[in-house]
Amino acid sequence: MNSSLIPLILGMAAVTYGPRLMPFLLMTNKQIPKRLDAFLKCIPAAAIGALIIPGVFSATPDMPMAAASGMAFTMIFGLWRGGIIIPVLGSVAVTCLILFFAG
Amino acid sequence: MTREAQDAIKAGIPIFIGYVPAAIAFGILSKGCGITLLECFMFSAVVFAGASQFIALNMLMTGMGPGGIILTTLLVNFRHFLMSAYLSTRIAKMAKKKIFLMAFGVTDEVFSVLSFKKGELSSKFVFILQWSAYSAWVSGTVAGYVLGGFLPEILTKSMGVALYALLLAILLPEIKQSVKVLILTIASGVLNTLLIKLDVLPNGWNIIVCILAIALAGSFFITGEVKEEVYE
Repeated sequence: MNSSLIPLILGMAAVTYGPRLMPFLLMTNKQIPKRLDAFLKCIPAAAIGALIIPGVFSATPDMPMAAASGMAFTMIFGLWRGGIIIPVLGSVAVTCLILFFAG
Repeated sequence: MTREAQDAIKAGIPIFIGYVPAAIAFGILSKGCGITLLECFMFSAVVFAGASQFIALNMLMTGMGPGGIILTTLLVNFRHFLMSAYLSTRIAKMAKKKIFLMAFGVTDEVFSVLSFKKGELSSKFVFILQWSAYSAWVSGTVAGYVLGGFLPEILTKSMGVALYALLLAILLPEIKQSVKVLILTIASGVLNTLLIKLDVLPNGWNIIVCILAIALAGSFFITGEVKEEVYE
């Protein structure tokens, strides 16, 4: 690669930033129709569902069991006590242990 | 430190932990592709969008020109349009220049954490959260480029679970309160799996179709109620 990648990177930055910015400019502090509001309210669950599934099943491609065990920990601890930090750190620890001992 | 700042830092830690290994991987890969440290740093510092950066490296290696890479980046990152649209309805009134800065930091994980935070989102909370994400991404990138794989492989592999665990941990309290959230989440995951198997849409559009279709279906079947149950 001889030529500078900086123009490419700036182009990528522009097309990434544009869609991130536009809705804020169009919608912030505006009255939003009920229909649209109901749609927007459903975005988080829809987005997170697709972000987790099916990606999580190949999070540790060599041994899917390891990631599954980590996620099981998050599920159990999260339902039991809630919180974010322990469920996340715990899942990493469980995954690591399984990879270490069973890998 | 205010309670709010503490909450933001707490929420930022899991994102930090999740971003670092991915960023290190990006740094290592960039070096392997023969790009300069400055270019590698610029990728993370000004684009700040994980998946699309990896795809761009890949396409560079196959000899794709900048036009194709930029178009792909637009497609891959367009899902953030929907996420910003949602967030724009949740943020407190703030100065316009803050909005320009805030929009830059809308990533999947930042959006997810903000989604289920109760009440109006203050700029302070959002910025602390985004800063923890951004600092992890940029410093991890540089560390990966300069130091290579300095973390044990088994640890980086395990840390790959962190972002999924984060998303699940955010979702669980909502699922406990509302079966509708559970239905929407699973429906979206199933649809995404199906679309990936079919493999007909361009890179990055499976998830956009999932968000559009499932949120649209959700808005028809469960109008009104979701708001009270989930966001109050």
